[in-house]
Amino acid sequence: MRRWRAAPGAVLLALPLLALSACSSAPASEQVQVDGGPASATDAAPVTLDATIYVPDMVPAPAVVLAHGFGGSKADLDDRATRLSESGYVVVAYSARGFGMSTGQISMNAPDFEIADASAIVDYLATRDDVTLDGPGDPRVGFAGGSYGGALALMAAGYDPRVDAIAADITWNDLESSLFGQSAPDAPAAAGVFKALWTGNFFGVGVVNRDGTVTACGRFSAQWCTAYTDAAAFGTISAASRELMAASSPSSISSRIAVPTLISAGQSDSLFPIGQANATAEQIMAAHPQAPVKVVWHGGGHDGGIDESERLDDLVTGWFDTHLAGTADMSTAFEVTDTTGTMSVQNSGTAPVVLQADGYPGVDGQRVMEIPLAGGVQRVLAPAGGLPSQVTSVPGLGSTGGLVEFPVPGQSAIFQSAPLTEPMTIIGSSSVTLTVASVDGAQPEETALFASLRIVSPSGRATLPAGLVAPISLRGLDGEPRQVSVTLPAIVTTAGVGDSLRLVVSTTDFAYRLPQQPTLYDIGLAAPGVTVPLVDTEPVSTGVAPIWWIVGAAVIVALIVAVVIRLRPRHDRVAVRPDGDAPLAITGLTKRYGDDYLAVDDLTFTVQPGMVLGLLGPNGAGKTTTMRMAMGLIMPTAGHVAAFGQPVYAGAPVLARIGALVEGPGFLPHLTGRQNLDLFWRAAGRGDADPFLDEVLDIADLGSAVEKKVRTYSQGMRQRLGIAQAMLGKPDLLLLDEPTNGLDPPQIKAMRDVLHRYADSGRTVIISSHLLGEVEQTCTDVVVMHRGRLVGAGRVADLLSGTAGRRLEDVFLEIVGDDLTVGLP
Amino acid sequence: MTIRETGYRPGATMPLRVEFIRQLRRRRTLVAYLLVVALPVMVSLAVKFGSSPGPGRRLGSGSADLVGLATAGAANFTVTMFFFASGFLLLVIVALFCGDTVASEASWSSLRYLLAAPIPRRRLLKQKLVVGLSLALGAIAVLPIASFAIGLIAFGNGPLQSPLGTTFTAGEALARISAIGLYIFVSLLFAAGVAFLMSVLTDAPLGAVGAAVVLVIISNILNAIEALGSLREWLPTHFASAWLDLLAPTVGWTDMARGAAYSIVACALCVAFATYLFDRKDVVS
Repeated sequence: MRRWRAAPGAVLLALPLLALSACSSAPASEQVQVDGGPASATDAAPVTLDATIYVPDMVPAPAVVLAHGFGGSKADLDDRATRLSESGYVVVAYSARGFGMSTGQISMNAPDFEIADASAIVDYLATRDDVTLDGPGDPRVGFAGGSYGGALALMAAGYDPRVDAIAADITWNDLESSLFGQSAPDAPAAAGVFKALWTGNFFGVGVVNRDGTVTACGRFSAQWCTAYTDAAAFGTISAASRELMAASSPSSISSRIAVPTLISAGQSDSLFPIGQANATAEQIMAAHPQAPVKVVWHGGGHDGGIDESERLDDLVTGWFDTHLAGTADMSTAFEVTDTTGTMSVQNSGTAPVVLQADGYPGVDGQRVMEIPLAGGVQRVLAPAGGLPSQVTSVPGLGSTGGLVEFPVPGQSAIFQSAPLTEPMTIIGSSSVTLTVASVDGAQPEETALFASLRIVSPSGRATLPAGLVAPISLRGLDGEPRQVSVTLPAIVTTAGVGDSLRLVVSTTDFAYRLPQQPTLYDIGLAAPGVTVPLVDTEPVSTGVAPIWWIVGAAVIVALIVAVVIRLRPRHDRVAVRPDGDAPLAITGLTKRYGDDYLAVDDLTFTVQPGMVLGLLGPNGAGKTTTMRMAMGLIMPTAGHVAAFGQPVYAGAPVLARIGALVEGPGFLPHLTGRQNLDLFWRAAGRGDADPFLDEVLDIADLGSAVEKKVRTYSQGMRQRLGIAQAMLGKPDLLLLDEPTNGLDPPQIKAMRDVLHRYADSGRTVIISSHLLGEVEQTCTDVVVMHRGRLVGAGRVADLLSGTAGRRLEDVFLEIVGDDLTVGLP
Repeated sequence: MTIRETGYRPGATMPLRVEFIRQLRRRRTLVAYLLVVALPVMVSLAVKFGSSPGPGRRLGSGSADLVGLATAGAANFTVTMFFFASGFLLLVIVALFCGDTVASEASWSSLRYLLAAPIPRRRLLKQKLVVGLSLALGAIAVLPIASFAIGLIAFGNGPLQSPLGTTFTAGEALARISAIGLYIFVSLLFAAGVAFLMSVLTDAPLGAVGAAVVLVIISNILNAIEALGSLREWLPTHFASAWLDLLAPTVGWTDMARGAAYSIVACALCVAFATYLFDRKDVVS
């Protein structure tokens, strides 16, 4: 059984959601049977309404009555009711009479029946002690529903003064004009073109009785059954039917609706198009200018469109929060969805965007623009039996999109504009004035025409927005041209530069009951153009305004920056104990890796100016680690390093007086040797100080290779360039770790001379090595390390004194002991 | 010689100019920029000389999407190149320029000499990040310039058309294309921050780049899982394509603002963490 209210796809989508929501902890709900209004005009016994009450955690609370769509029942409302009650409302979902488990016959929201039922529900709410009362017997209550339920909400607000706020979605204002379409407002009052497919669809829902049997009238009351049969079989409306429909139309009591009203309409709705909601809104606004009325044109509707149910639920909740609970402040700004308003984030296709405008512009726009149309009088045929007919939309399925690109030949008059020179977004109903004449004085009993406005792209592709056409019913044509003003369907669509507007007037449409006699017509334009409505809109910023995201980010970034500044390592906490101004003073220096490995263990020694100090020890003695700590690259676990009386730490300014080569040189392979030294010096922040570049390059002795990229260098060349880099600017202290690595004996000899000369100028050199012979020949002093500890220190001359021919190696082995000489040559 | 006599000033260390020279002379920088230029060249050649059937050579099937409009003119070609490049090419390039910063110095062993020069650690990070981000922004700026020039030769000039049916004037098109480039840069700051953090943590430059790219891809995969629902809105890459809003007649800024906010905050967190770690790091490479 197809529900009237929602597109079939939405039902399929809703099922798993309902299943999911059943799993979560639902608020307390109870099933109740409420006595409604009289069963019929002749039977005063009340019908039994099957209802579910959802009670929120905090009571008493305002109440909301949810009404379902045609063909549905209260079960459809469970999910929404649960969420609404979580927002703090006592929610009543009940099956309308004739639907679900409620008894009675369908009377299409007749005042004496369905509307009386609604009042009975309000009576019932007044008896509950968990519902906020505005007065004795007067609960604070809102009504919300879509389609059939939307009309109930409007009618209930008109008839029952106790209703405090309503939200009505995709519903009718006037049932007759909904089912008998007439878009020529000036035509003499007569039935419009019968929307046969739609009407048949919903009547079909009601012919199956509750016990599964099928009868001619099913669950419909006798009067409604008759009215439908007349219309479907003969296309006529009796006076009684007309009265019946008027009584069930919000238009009959809209002047009495004085409560806050949220009216939403779907753009994709050929059953109750935007014009219906527009009429309701304008009637309420005219009668009660002070009543808050908010109008929303969303992208959904009876034909499907796009799913905005989540947003609509939020709107309804916000509306009741504002006007029942007083916990929100929703504006009455007009909201309209531009279904192709922006680009999708997921792909390069289009995505909807919600626009808003202050004040409701109606379907005629805030202003209009005349677009000239070209096309003379054209002859069209209304075919016998109305076939073949063009298919623009299929009730419940919506626009046929590309299925039928062009109207059936010979049945359509086409009027087209020149390509647009500026883009426009049409929001509302355009209007045109046609001349229509039957050919050769023919006098057709009735004439049905269908006008539509299409957008034609530069490539010639025509699109019919939402598949909507405007049905026009004319009677009494006699061969004389008649001027007919036509209000085209309210649409929201964007036409770009180069697009054209195309007015198509056809004699057939699949969804309507068509005249059976073949007739020829001449159709032309009485006015030369189409009047299109325009509205100044801006995108609705859902939630937080864009600027606040940026402000928020800026604040967070500022906080992060503040935290980072606070977390700057505090080197001034290092106890400064200047041991005079010795080039290097190491005190209690310890570096522990992990839990138990001591790379350097309580090391203390001082280096005096002019010394060439050899740091001796086997591999793994801690020489390199000590040098790295002296360069501020590694943080000591304990103890400290001072150079020239200043503490050494990461980035300590005193490091500017130290040049170093530790564990091999490091150069940018894509630059030449000279570029490397030049850029290194410029990066070192020495202002105008002289790097002595040529002097150190002489020491490196690279010859012409200095202009070659470093990646082409041998290990020895890099090593010499590394020593040269350490000497840039002639630092007062030179730290060289295994400087003779990769050098051949003549180069080692030359380097030895360089270092001696360097120290002779009052500067200090420290070299680490495991080559005892090297140290013996180069150094004035030694410090011997073993397993991270200092095991010996002194002048080389002193150590070697005593026995002639004594070598440093012997001394070393004496000091270290012979427990570990691995690594010695 | 005292410290004063050395002429050393911490604020004068590693001038941007020096770091630019150090980076610009690298083959890697050149290759990255060539790749950015190669993309529009290859696409335009493919469209011009490829075997697409039907009248008029086009990239895509419809006229209603960005790719289908690529051949409408130089401006549209430029926007389409942004669409092609923003997903991966620009991501890799931004990750490269930022992930390579500290790690490559470590791998060359030059990091310890810069730090002992001494360049204060925070200043080194700052100067390297500024240069890395500038080179990344440069690549993002080269893309539209090259695309427009190539598009002009291949498809001629034409007003920028949006798939939404809007056509923009030349001035408006310039503003929108500039804004697109800027937003893409901002949205890639997350990747830049991750790459930078990894650059401090590891000595392998390509490892840092790879880690950032993998993280962004994981974020994109999570973003594609519908079951995560609105949780995905908190992913730093969720709004990476929000620049498409700039093609709408009325620009919706909300998504771009959110995307920019997340990206900037995520980047700031990464850089802050990198700074914290680098402050205390034992440089042993």
